[in-house]
Amino acid sequence: MSDARMLILPNGGAAPLAELPRLSLDTLREAIVTARRRNRRVSALFGAPSADALSLVLVLADDDTGLLECARADLTGDAYPAMTPECAEVHLFEREIAEQWGVVPTGHPWLKPVRFHASHRPGHDAWGRAPGTRPVVGVTDFFRVEGEEIHEVAVGPVHAGVIEPGHFRFQCHGEHVFHLEISLGYQHRGIERRLVGGPDKRTIHTMETLAGDTSVGHATAYCQIVEALGGRHAAPRGCALRGVALELERLANHTGDLGALAGDVGFLPTASFCGRLRGDFLNMSALLCGSRFGRGMVRPGGAGFDVDGARIAALLARLEVAERDVTDSAQLLWTTPTVMARFEDTGRVSADMAAELGLVGPPARASGLRRDVRKTHPAGIYQLVHIPVSTAESGDVFARAYVRWLEVTRSIDYIRRQLTELPRGQARRDCPPARASMFAVSLVESWRGELCHVAMTDQLGRFSAYKVVDPSFHNWIGLAMALRDQQISDFPLCNKSFNLSYCGHDL
Amino acid sequence: MLRILYARLRQGHRTLPFPDRVPPMPDRFRGHPVLDPTRCPDGCRDCIDACPTDALARDTGGLGLDLGRCLFCPECTAACPTGAIAFTGEHRMAARHRDDLVVRQGVRDRAQALDAKMLKLFRRSLKLRQVSAGGCNGCEADVNVLGTIVFDLGRFGIQYVASPRHADGLLITGPVTENMRLALEKTYEAVPAPKIVIAVGACAISGGPYVGHDEVHDGAESVVPVDLFIPGCPPHPLTILDGLLSMLDRIGADRLPTEATPTANEERIRWARARADDALKTLGADLGKAKRTDSHDRDP
Repeated sequence: MSDARMLILPNGGAAPLAELPRLSLDTLREAIVTARRRNRRVSALFGAPSADALSLVLVLADDDTGLLECARADLTGDAYPAMTPECAEVHLFEREIAEQWGVVPTGHPWLKPVRFHASHRPGHDAWGRAPGTRPVVGVTDFFRVEGEEIHEVAVGPVHAGVIEPGHFRFQCHGEHVFHLEISLGYQHRGIERRLVGGPDKRTIHTMETLAGDTSVGHATAYCQIVEALGGRHAAPRGCALRGVALELERLANHTGDLGALAGDVGFLPTASFCGRLRGDFLNMSALLCGSRFGRGMVRPGGAGFDVDGARIAALLARLEVAERDVTDSAQLLWTTPTVMARFEDTGRVSADMAAELGLVGPPARASGLRRDVRKTHPAGIYQLVHIPVSTAESGDVFARAYVRWLEVTRSIDYIRRQLTELPRGQARRDCPPARASMFAVSLVESWRGELCHVAMTDQLGRFSAYKVVDPSFHNWIGLAMALRDQQISDFPLCNKSFNLSYCGHDL
Repeated sequence: MLRILYARLRQGHRTLPFPDRVPPMPDRFRGHPVLDPTRCPDGCRDCIDACPTDALARDTGGLGLDLGRCLFCPECTAACPTGAIAFTGEHRMAARHRDDLVVRQGVRDRAQALDAKMLKLFRRSLKLRQVSAGGCNGCEADVNVLGTIVFDLGRFGIQYVASPRHADGLLITGPVTENMRLALEKTYEAVPAPKIVIAVGACAISGGPYVGHDEVHDGAESVVPVDLFIPGCPPHPLTILDGLLSMLDRIGADRLPTEATPTANEERIRWARARADDALKTLGADLGKAKRTDSHDRDP
């Protein structure tokens, strides 16, 4: 049963802002802290400035009905009782609200900056810092385990490999990790603030670079928002082509991850093969739209590029060769005892823990949770052609690798089917401008998991608020928990099995 | 073990014969743009208005396209009513000086090599520390891919190292966020002199899609001196590799074929189309998939 007090929207739905109910803070709080009991999970919780106050806006996902429950509550004053103690999955949302809007969630057990920037409301600061001062990134009260034999390992922001910056602190007893704390914010580019007042000619490019390896995913989430606000669906052919691009993006990244996992346990055959095969999938995206990362492929109203018979045939041919090679490479992993010995029982996250923390994407599915927006909240082409949810039970590195492999096989099948039965007609149609004073929500299952975009428009149809929730925002805490009671030398392997985004988190 | 050997046999030799042969790029690849301002209708600014990062501008020198700001998106070519802008299949775009990145009706040289002293030090061995300073992981991914067997960066003596203390220079991606500025400065300081700095991608050159944001510094040059600029969003791996090898004087030094006269420009576009046709032939080769193509016919 859906909650009568909430605004109910499908994925990619929009409604007049006036229909977004204003609940009392207590009622909103009740909806959040009872969410898990009622089989709901928090897709987004954020602050949005209203006339003279600040509203908390909530989007709950109901995976059974495929509906989204939305509501808001006005905050009075600069503090409210924290919900995190009763609902762990909002822990980072509440920290973000505190940092952006200078509101203190009283009783939050871990109230630290998320991205280390000044408050968006000058004069309101959750940590009482003087107006005009800028927090220094990475300077916060890190959790410490005390003891004579305890030592601390600090890594980053500049890492040893070619990866994005972040700071990791391990509390260790010998090799044994008691606790890992992850402190990010180095990639913060001020994106959400820049989106207010849009959309403009730069918005789609900002979306394509929110997380560059998820260009198709974020661009699709954004286009679903623009189409919902404009009140016109995308061209069916364009939707199918977006689906092809999204699954190619998944194939490239999952294949790359399988190779990187092999590399982290010193198994070079699969590491070498998959490193190359990842490029083959990227080149298929380039065949579609000229860009290895799918830039330019997804545009409001449909797809930026169409395909003809020759191109479809070429894609299918390349897909077949790549499928054979990636199957060979992945099977080597599951049949090599030295690989399996390192993958199995490393970095375990239980189903209960995954649900409590609100994990999404492959890490959630690897712990047995059936969370996949393509199945539970389908939009676009996924409404017509379903894709099975790939899950595993053990919640360890093996499970996260194996879920990726299952998804590789299913994405290949999906692309093959889409390309052979593409809807006729134009790939793109005109998209009317955004309507005024509207509220829209869009979810996309990217390769890392659920992307949630939420937009609100003003009287002129411009964004008055635009919220982006990258799957990494939910999942970084999962990595921290996976490392508990592991050896510190297993960190690279666990980290790669999550492969989370820094820029998608930092925005 | 036999299974591994069999897989190895099936996967085959995959390293590109670059730079001896340049593999064809995908036909829709948007490489080095060419401009033909003689086609511009009077007073038209459709491309300038369409560009998301203001890479296009008209000044006393006429219409210019700043590759350092360009995202290589299709918006300007879609907006142009007369086809005065075209992206070609040319992947070579790197430059040693920021000003050299502005494309006009004129001849651009490819990136100059380092001076003799620096070449003596680095030509056969260059160790780089990569710093992502607000990059979206697009540039990082295509910098990383040079380490795969397809490009095998190591055969040129170029390697990414784990510490700035072990490095000859920095390879910077991202617009340099305020939150990474200090880390970048410290990393630069930690590299022993003489050192070189390479800015990869629109962000590291100009701020890219984030130019003008409060939280970013609009490129690496705001913090450290830059010796090589490699444009793109992200640059194709071959664009990065060509830039590195040009700087090290390891690759032929012919001029970039962006000729001055309109006739030559037509030829230039014909040349680009011919390369696109090559790419389409590769598509055809894919269709005859029963016969595996040789590695030099494949896409990088």
